Amino acid sequence: MSALRMAVRAELTKARSLRSTWWSLLVATALSIGLSALIGLSLRDARLSERNTWDPVRYGYFGLTIGLIVLVVFGVMLVSGEFTSGTIRASLAAVPRRGVFLGAKVLAGAGIAAVVSVVCGFGAFLAVQPVLGDRGTSLGEPGVLRAVFGACLYLALMAVFAMGVAAMLRSTALCLGIMIPILFLNSQGLSNLPAIRPVTQFLPDQAGMVLMQSVPQPPGSVGHTDFGWAGALLVLLAWTAAALAGGFVAVRRLDP
Amino acid sequence: MIEVDGLSKRYGGTVAVDDLSFTVRPGRVTGFLGPNGAGKSTTLRMMLDLDRPTGGRVRIDGHRYRDLDRPLRRVGALLEARSTHGGRSARQHLRWLAQTNGIGEARVREVLDQVGLADAARRRTKGFSLGMGQRLGLAGALLGDPPVLLLDEPVNGLDPEGIVWLRALVRGLAAEGRTVLVSSHLMSEMALTAEHLVVIARGRLLADTTVEEFVAEHAGSHVRITTPTPARLRDVLAAAGIRVGEGADGAIEAHGVGADRVGELVAASGVVVHEIGARTASLEEAFMRLTGGGQE
Repeated sequence: MSALRMAVRAELTKARSLRSTWWSLLVATALSIGLSALIGLSLRDARLSERNTWDPVRYGYFGLTIGLIVLVVFGVMLVSGEFTSGTIRASLAAVPRRGVFLGAKVLAGAGIAAVVSVVCGFGAFLAVQPVLGDRGTSLGEPGVLRAVFGACLYLALMAVFAMGVAAMLRSTALCLGIMIPILFLNSQGLSNLPAIRPVTQFLPDQAGMVLMQSVPQPPGSVGHTDFGWAGALLVLLAWTAAALAGGFVAVRRLDP
Repeated sequence: MIEVDGLSKRYGGTVAVDDLSFTVRPGRVTGFLGPNGAGKSTTLRMMLDLDRPTGGRVRIDGHRYRDLDRPLRRVGALLEARSTHGGRSARQHLRWLAQTNGIGEARVREVLDQVGLADAARRRTKGFSLGMGQRLGLAGALLGDPPVLLLDEPVNGLDPEGIVWLRALVRGLAAEGRTVLVSSHLMSEMALTAEHLVVIARGRLLADTTVEEFVAEHAGSHVRITTPTPARLRDVLAAAGIRVGEGADGAIEAHGVGADRVGELVAASGVVVHEIGARTASLEEAFMRLTGGGQE
């Protein structure tokens, strides 16, 4: 077996053997599905904004963005736990090539995050659509499957992004202090300022919003960007790649 | 075999390790001695590529550590600093460690038995005592059945029974032909365990020798004499060409001479003495003398 394959196996064992993995993934799934359904109840009869086009997929996914926070916490803890616990010393003595060590950790973490993201993305969709009543949709409608798939991709990529950031910063608190505002304050605040919109639309949560859309939003409304679904995927991939590249550089220089 | 060649490590303006060169040979226990802060842990970390040397290099059986294929099968290390996650059980910790180097599950049970942790294997390590943590660290070092072992302060936290057990284990590993380097700041412990010594202080090499030679050279064994007329006795000894010193309690210390010769001289001169005794200094005294007495 190659060094990388052995290391990936070990990283899966590491993740499985911590309770924090299980509770964070369980909470992420429960929040994604439960909150989406709950918020769906209030959206069923709510008065809709006239500026925005109704989108049963993205509007049904409000709860998913809360689940995303917990999935990001999982990604951060998976990596920062090495540093805060001191396990990193044993890890690097066992796998001295830094690139193999971090590569294995990210592959294992990405695999876990992908499975949980699919469960959350499809679970939340299937839970919320019946609740939305007449406003609901189904996977067979145009653009819907792509949007659900996009939601899964958004979740998984943000978890991997979090792993890269954690490899750079090493501290759980510092990582969450940076990640959570990037992912959540922006969509509530910054993105509503039209003057900086050309820049803020490239932030990960804005691209994520586009990935979850089954209906494009008109210019000037929340959720509109100058790029479409594929562009949004590229933006997210770029963020993730940048975080991972930073993580690899940091780990390569590491003196734990 | 471990070859350390011109190894240096600076942190900012502080020199932790300063141009250190020595060789650790297989088949015997080599004690790595030095006061706290002498640079022992830093040196061991550089051996494992956990720390980047500022200068010099380390070769383990001719290779850099990071170039070793499945390093746990070549080098087993017990690190001084904590390196387990408290939320993981002892068994799970060893399982992932084994998997990184393709070591089987059966070996995990074996080392847990060997270090006496079989009953605690499923407990999370945050509840472990210092001694249990050391035993788990040793289990990790033994996991790959490696020909080279680096143990940083392994007696720390062990109870007296554990210390006796560890001594036997370490000597046994060396007797099997392995290269065993054991660091300690406790000279008395090294006197019981090691055959060869590498002594450092302030990051510099002070001695690289056997335990016997080290004691003979640096401990200053002497004959101790107490007398009501020290001035007369000094003259007698000095006349016989013997180097004379004074002990802390005012006793006379004669160096480089046996108690028999001192007795003969005393009898011939008629000086009254109350006590004559040969004293062999301990490794601890030799070490204190060499390092200038001190913890830093």
